[in-house]
Amino acid sequence: MTEAALLTCHDVTRVFDGLVANKDISIEIHQGEIVGLIGPNGAGKSTLFNLIAGSFPVTSGCIMFGGRDITGLPAAARCHAGIARTFQVPRSFDSMSVLENVIVGALVHYPRSRAARVKALEVLDYAGLSGRTAHPAGDLTPPERRRLEIARAIATEPRLLLLDEVLTGLTPSESREGVDLVRRIRESGITVVMVEHVMEVVMPLVDRAIVLNLGEVLAEGSPAEIVRDPAVIGAYLGTRNHAA
Amino acid sequence: MDASVSVSGAIAAFRRDRWREMALAGLLVAAAATIPLFVHDVYTMNVLILTLLYAALSQSWNILSGYCGQISLGHALYFGLGAYTTSILYVHFGVLPWFGLAIGGALAALVALALGAMCFRLAGHYFTIATIVIAEIGLTLIHNWDYAGAAMGIQWPFGPDSWASLQFARDKTPYFHFVLGLFAVTWLVTWVIEESRWGYWWRAVKDNAPAAESLGVTIFSSKMMAAAISAFFTAVGGGFYAAFLSYIDPDSVMSFRLSLLMALPAVIGGIGTLWGPVIGAAVLIPITELTRSFIGGTGAGTDLIVYGGLIMVIALARPEGLLSLLPSRSRESRT
Repeated sequence: MTEAALLTCHDVTRVFDGLVANKDISIEIHQGEIVGLIGPNGAGKSTLFNLIAGSFPVTSGCIMFGGRDITGLPAAARCHAGIARTFQVPRSFDSMSVLENVIVGALVHYPRSRAARVKALEVLDYAGLSGRTAHPAGDLTPPERRRLEIARAIATEPRLLLLDEVLTGLTPSESREGVDLVRRIRESGITVVMVEHVMEVVMPLVDRAIVLNLGEVLAEGSPAEIVRDPAVIGAYLGTRNHAA
Repeated sequence: MDASVSVSGAIAAFRRDRWREMALAGLLVAAAATIPLFVHDVYTMNVLILTLLYAALSQSWNILSGYCGQISLGHALYFGLGAYTTSILYVHFGVLPWFGLAIGGALAALVALALGAMCFRLAGHYFTIATIVIAEIGLTLIHNWDYAGAAMGIQWPFGPDSWASLQFARDKTPYFHFVLGLFAVTWLVTWVIEESRWGYWWRAVKDNAPAAESLGVTIFSSKMMAAAISAFFTAVGGGFYAAFLSYIDPDSVMSFRLSLLMALPAVIGGIGTLWGPVIGAAVLIPITELTRSFIGGTGAGTDLIVYGGLIMVIALARPEGLLSLLPSRSRESRT
């Protein structure tokens, strides 16, 4: 890939009270990719996500998005810049209807609520939630909540969508529908980075995988390369000669 | 094609519902405006005026606390600011109350912004406690401010009945129409805001601030906007109250009891809803006034018994309004 990256993390480090959650992470995400961010629990995947989305600041390093330094921007400004995200534990607005949840996202580019409502209805149709628009968000089933999170994020018309474990814990058929939705999102021109720790779900979907372990980039490459990488196998299963 | 047809259908249905709501409110206000034709009893008229005043105040409180979720129990500060600004400008400078109401409202909005800059870093209960403490500080300051009459308060001069000075000694009907108008304005403002960007942002901030932020909502400016609008109309209500009574003292316009009385109608009727405050006020204020006059005495104690009893009844029979006050939902989503 020779064109300039959409997102670049350069030596990104985040320390929590002396615990290094991310250490010197340098990655590039290119326009139109689906990238899987994988690794065992505690590898620092969610931390990296939160740093990219601006939920909390980096300790050191810098983040570039669309050729612009966004390291100092707060979360709301990053959304306006074109980065949208979902949360690992869905954070729906439970006193609002499904439609109203998505309107909040659509207001980013459609400040008039009527236009935002049109946009939200279209996005809900696209995300397969058009039958649930009037329901309170709090009444949705867990897989529907994930869809709502995605719909809300897409309504902001992002260039980059960060999906945090949206396929985890779903039944096989729900998971297939989820995979289908992610593919459609990419086809609409949105670059996708997804965190998952269940490898078999993401590997068929992603173009490229980045493996984190203990806060550092362990490996990076096509899914086929990654699953054969001894270092990755070691991180997930433990190495044979490593006496624990 | 199908999708766009259903989208335009949904939009049309939504707009129809919105304007129906507006038409209903218009009819109710028009019908209420004729009440003085049938009610001539001064006591009943007083109760009706207070009911509408608290409906308007609670509607204002609801903007910050109901929609944006920042529970304030210090709105008496803005009420008092409005009452004192209007009174001082009229009594000391001869400025007509109409200007006093606007200036008092603007002053309260500025104070709300200054206090918000300090207090909106506090979350949940801590914010609420700060609002109580700040209002108590305001009350103490007024108590000791000689120019504003200190503990003695301010007496408005007697004059002829006039719309210019908002003074009507005999017939209370003009006050009724004024406060009905004030309520209609607060309702209308809420109706407009509900379907505006701010309205959605406020509810998003209330429900889940981190998610709101990820969708481009700036939390701080959302809270500041809600605080300023809420304080403005609360102060206008305070200015009206001063004109209505023609006499104010610190405890009658800035005590904690007033903060409670602004919050309770919305809580009882349905917090964060368009109709909750007026329904709550229609239940709470007549009951409060009736018990006060029938049981007699100072009435201070019986008020509290009535509030307590009402809250228990509502909590058992229709808990939605009260439940949203509890932080359990936000606590869950934070973990």
